[in-house]
Amino acid sequence: MASQATAWEGGSAPYAVPSKKLGMWLFIISDALTFSALLVAYSYSRIANPNWPTPFEMYPAVTFSTIMTFCLLSSSVTMVLAVSAAHRGERGAAVKWILATMAGGLAFVILHANEWLHLIHSGVTPFHNPWGAPLFGATFFTLTGLHMTHVVCGVIYLGIVATGFGRGRFESMDVEVSGLYWHFVDLVWMFIFPLVYLMSVHMG
Amino acid sequence: MSEQHGNRIYLTVWFWLLALTAVEVFLAYKQLPVHTMLALLMGLSLVKAALIIAYFMHLRFEKASLAWTLMPPLVICIVLMIAFSFPDGLRLFDMRKG
Repeated sequence: MASQATAWEGGSAPYAVPSKKLGMWLFIISDALTFSALLVAYSYSRIANPNWPTPFEMYPAVTFSTIMTFCLLSSSVTMVLAVSAAHRGERGAAVKWILATMAGGLAFVILHANEWLHLIHSGVTPFHNPWGAPLFGATFFTLTGLHMTHVVCGVIYLGIVATGFGRGRFESMDVEVSGLYWHFVDLVWMFIFPLVYLMSVHMG
Repeated sequence: MSEQHGNRIYLTVWFWLLALTAVEVFLAYKQLPVHTMLALLMGLSLVKAALIIAYFMHLRFEKASLAWTLMPPLVICIVLMIAFSFPDGLRLFDMRKG
């Protein structure tokens, strides 16, 4: 208790984490607020429009987005396994688990891109759609598009970390910091999935 | 501080995250009234978010000062966003419905 008090009073490391990790946490908090703003914008438009479209059928849209959720959740598990292998100094195992994580991320992007194409072929554009409130497209594409961008950047980031860690240029803390980012991307999807998909199921 | 944890706890958390997701999809299939759905889905998602932050992102095992610095500002900002926008959204809904 006494040592904690001195840390708050200006000790050398009040949070007892390396600066890279603190930096990633601060980025995550600011990014979480960006996503919150977009989720609130989506929900605001949805509440304010009585004719908000509910275009997602249980099959294929909800089934595929459930599989996408499974991909992201599982890639988070392979990521924590990568981090714990990295901390034990097992470089080969860590790289293998990071590659598995990247595969989960890629599967997510491919399925989601497919979902986008399906909506675009149904006539959804940012300011027009065949079913009702025109803003549906703008809010949907902005929210899920920013998330997909994060997943793509995450896969690239993990690729760089895997290469660097495999060659011994990065330390295990770099793997842990990239893991923080990856779990955050997973976390955001845990809110997009229910708010955008599960709340808009169309029962034909 | 990075203590060593068994990988078992991560697999347990993964299992619960998948189970809660299955409950959410089941709720969507059941088509409950929209307010009940929203409350249940957001409640379940907050539990999932807390599991991810506490275990996968390891925040539970960091020094408490880190969590107390990061989380309250985030929660306060999100609550403010919701408090400012949702009553106005409902007002617009009532105006347009008529």
